[in-house]
Amino acid sequence: MSLHAQDDPGLRAAQEERLRAVWAPPKGLFLRWTDTNNNQVGVWYTLTAFGFMLFAGVLALIMRVQLAQPGNELVTPSTFNQLFTLHGSMMMFLFAVPMFEAVSIILLPQLLGARDLPFPRLSAFGYWSFLIGGAFVSGSIFFDAAPDGGWFMYPPFTTRTDLSGLGADIWMLGLSFIEVSSVAAAVELITGVLKCRPPGMRLNLMPLYAWYILVVAVMILFAFPPLIAGDVLFELERLLGWPFFDAARGGDPILWQHLFWIFGHPEVYIVFLPSIALFAMIVPTFARRHLLGYPWIVLAAVGTAFLSFGLWVHHMFTTGLPKISLAFFSAASEAVAIPTGIQIFAFIATLWAGRVTWSTPLLYVTGSIAIFVIGGLTGVMVAIAPFDWQAHDTYFIVAHLHYVLIGGTLIPLFGGLYYYWPLITGKKLSDRIGRTAFWLLFGGANLTFFPMHFSGLMGMPRRVFTYPEELGIGGLNLASTIGSWVFAAGVLLVCVDLALSPRRAKSPRNPWAAGTLEWLAHPDDEDWGIRSIPLIESRYPIWDQKDFVAKVDEGRFFLPDAAEGRRETIVTSVLDARPVQVLRLGGPSVVPMLTAIALGSVFILTTYHLYWPALVGALATLALVLYWLWTGTAEIPEKDCKPIGHGIELPLYISGASASGWWAMFITMMADATAFSGLVFGYFFFWTRHEDFPPSGPGLDGPGSFWPMLAMAAMLASWALTVAARELNRRAAVGVARAALGAAALLSLSAIGAGLAGPWLSGLQPELHVYPAIVWTLAIWTTAHCGVGAIMQLYTLARSLAGRMTPRHDADLRNITVYQHFMALTAVVTYATIGLFPGAA
Amino acid sequence: MVLGAVVIALALAALMVTASRSREGALTHRQGMRLVLWAGGIVPSVVLLALLIATLPAMRPIRAAGDDLRVTVTGEQFWWRMAYQPAGAAAVTSANELRLPVGRDVVLALAGGDVLHSFWVPGLAGKMDMVPGRTNTLVVHATRAGRFRGQCAEFCGLSHALMAFDVVAMEPAAFDAWLAAERRPVITAAAAGARLFDAHGCGGCHAVRGTGAAGAIGPDLTHLGARATVAAGIQPLTTANLVRFIRDAPAVKPGARMPAYPQMSATDATAIARWLETNR
Repeated sequence: MSLHAQDDPGLRAAQEERLRAVWAPPKGLFLRWTDTNNNQVGVWYTLTAFGFMLFAGVLALIMRVQLAQPGNELVTPSTFNQLFTLHGSMMMFLFAVPMFEAVSIILLPQLLGARDLPFPRLSAFGYWSFLIGGAFVSGSIFFDAAPDGGWFMYPPFTTRTDLSGLGADIWMLGLSFIEVSSVAAAVELITGVLKCRPPGMRLNLMPLYAWYILVVAVMILFAFPPLIAGDVLFELERLLGWPFFDAARGGDPILWQHLFWIFGHPEVYIVFLPSIALFAMIVPTFARRHLLGYPWIVLAAVGTAFLSFGLWVHHMFTTGLPKISLAFFSAASEAVAIPTGIQIFAFIATLWAGRVTWSTPLLYVTGSIAIFVIGGLTGVMVAIAPFDWQAHDTYFIVAHLHYVLIGGTLIPLFGGLYYYWPLITGKKLSDRIGRTAFWLLFGGANLTFFPMHFSGLMGMPRRVFTYPEELGIGGLNLASTIGSWVFAAGVLLVCVDLALSPRRAKSPRNPWAAGTLEWLAHPDDEDWGIRSIPLIESRYPIWDQKDFVAKVDEGRFFLPDAAEGRRETIVTSVLDARPVQVLRLGGPSVVPMLTAIALGSVFILTTYHLYWPALVGALATLALVLYWLWTGTAEIPEKDCKPIGHGIELPLYISGASASGWWAMFITMMADATAFSGLVFGYFFFWTRHEDFPPSGPGLDGPGSFWPMLAMAAMLASWALTVAARELNRRAAVGVARAALGAAALLSLSAIGAGLAGPWLSGLQPELHVYPAIVWTLAIWTTAHCGVGAIMQLYTLARSLAGRMTPRHDADLRNITVYQHFMALTAVVTYATIGLFPGAA
Repeated sequence: MVLGAVVIALALAALMVTASRSREGALTHRQGMRLVLWAGGIVPSVVLLALLIATLPAMRPIRAAGDDLRVTVTGEQFWWRMAYQPAGAAAVTSANELRLPVGRDVVLALAGGDVLHSFWVPGLAGKMDMVPGRTNTLVVHATRAGRFRGQCAEFCGLSHALMAFDVVAMEPAAFDAWLAAERRPVITAAAAGARLFDAHGCGGCHAVRGTGAAGAIGPDLTHLGARATVAAGIQPLTTANLVRFIRDAPAVKPGARMPAYPQMSATDATAIARWLETNR
């Protein structure tokens, strides 16, 4: 297709007709929910997260009324504990992180000029998991069964089943389910940023929002797994009595605090950086110039991410840690202020250098920076250990964290809402209502949270349902309560503005005259995302590239057609965005929703100790996942290549390190390995806590060396055979490759037997002491992974036998080889730890 | 530090207003980058480094000497177990009130009881967590006599808000006299209240030295009359408050392990309360 061909309006109309048909959402009361298009799923996701935010906000209002005066008796202590636990947990797990992912699902393809994300069905699965898990966790409050241990759920209060009821299980299992879907979304977003950029958009031309998505998704990838590892230990203690956090049997509650805060501190930046990313989109638009210091901002974002993993101990300054580590973590905690400073000053310098047009979104940006800076400054104060010894766990911290989260997450999101609403609906929100709402939010936040600095320092600990009059903090608390209602009025006003939107007229395209790709979106929304995928030469193509919008709209760039009636987007190389493939995307399907329901049932049934039905749910999940993969992935196309315009032909099938599927597997396994290292950390942590580790005695003696070494050998042989199968298959020795795969699966299965035989035959009793418990946990983790590996090997064998995998079309085999690399590493670490550790044999 | 924070916050706000009101090109690219480098990078680094160096000495704990008074404080749901351990003498058990000699270092050994708690007396020192399976040490040094309020700072359950205690800093001579008095058993074991205390089985959980009651589940009640408050720092010690707590502890303190005694008559409860108050 040359440029000439696109001059023909008839051809363009025909192409548009085909694109429209391919991307049309399914019709029907039920079927419309089976769509996987990011425009649809992203909007559902955003609205759901917004709904959870309102719900959690109402919980906070009830708390503020209870605390309005000393000795108030509006709610019982039990209800109050559920209120603050759910408020914090929902804001973090059901609002802040999912909101980032939801907004990114909508925006990322638009920012990258892609038609969709690489795995649309995975997005849909993530959404349905989020909805089910979120409804399960938040609904528990209506049954007086909500978690009540505080959002960080410190054991042993929460692991003792006589002290905390079902709520703790609902928190652990319900939120674990959501954590899994968060990690799934992170995998999708990372792959999207790395592999679905438009041709020519080298890494240094990416819009900053995409950089932040990359940074934040990588943080999610490494931050959530330690928490998932902690959740595993936590539930093993609650459900089976394995004493990881029970000091009487060798456990230690501090381990949970480490695992939680290794997650929890990066989490703060996970919810904060996306707002900076919004600033980075909004500020240049209204300063009418390129953002100043692009490379510095990228480096600062990466630096913040890196440092944020080294700060977790500042949440534990009062646990009695060695003083030298206090000094180190104090220093690291202060250092993280520096990249934040660079980012904020880059925005200020950009505004200064540019010609500022005032607008509602910009008002939100500057206002939230003002609030955030106060939170940042109190953050520097509490980073200093001696100050923190007073401020820790008081309302000072409540004030600090709300300044950070309201200035660094919530108000920027409202600003983003005002900025991007026209992109999604084609209509602007009201500037007048927006400004009034802003001042209510701004004033309300300060009136609520500023007095809390003082009530905290005057002796009000956090998480108290009441306080004595003698403390003299009644007036401060009343001010906070009034402020919270002012703030709520602001939120309500924003909701009113949203509700009025359908009655308003459409605004022109690109109403803010922005320069970045996402503003190609047309007010008369077309579901195809972008008419043709552009060649990018600038960070602000709409401003800088000649006739850019017209060329995109007339289909003069790439892939302007859907000739075969399939949803497609272009895959490019990671660094320099050379086009490498036309990726066929999964279309509407009910499978993601069903899989989410099946997996959700496993978590929910386990909460109620219904293990047999949960097992049925697990088998259903497995069957659905296999069906999904079999019918929807690594499909062999009807032809090898197709033209995308300008004389370029791209393959329809690629495998190995240039394919998006390979990257997704690799990224997923990075998360898996991180969770695993959380468990190994547990083993060595307990070793440091005990002089005799492993201990000796009946039920406590180690698993010996023989069985662990045998399991390791079987696993390594299975790995080697998988690699051999890949090479043999590539060289067209299909028969031998199949034999190798079959043998590899058998070896994986025998590695399960050998792996469990060690602790089983030596009679390790996991409920007696933490040593047998952690050995069993490592063995089960590794053998369960072996089992998944065996299923993958057999699946690939079946694909080969069914003719769905050939010497050239070998994506399945290449992807499971990545899994096996990680498996080999896991097996070596596990079996060396439990079999060769001094005293274990 | 607070002053610095206020100055920085105001300066930033002013800068933001200036920046957004300036005309186009008020700042060249070069000047802009320099602003980012200096204001965003170098100045904060220097300030933070100075702050860190200035505060490092405060992180050093007070060193305790071998002959300092040692008090083991254990957090329980929702009260405080205290054991005074003067050098070279037997320990003295008490609860919910910490007495300290002014001008002397006192070593607090903070032990974890049932769940996590955190020992916090804002007027005396920073807080320190009480972790089951561990013992943390906090050395305190009261500089003036007086009463301070202490409070649990780590969420520990239903009555976390109601887990307080009193700290009484006394002149050393007065403290020594108090400790000697506290060490003595009660001399009222024959009183009617004492017999009722025994008859209702209170001794199963509580100890009163000098009587047969030697329970260790609940707070030690020897010399309760010398304490200022009842129910771990939440109500003044009066007969009425004591009677109410004895008959229905969960109403005063939700989630407390002490059950309600609806079958106990008000007369009996009053007799027990009066007796406990006489033990000073």
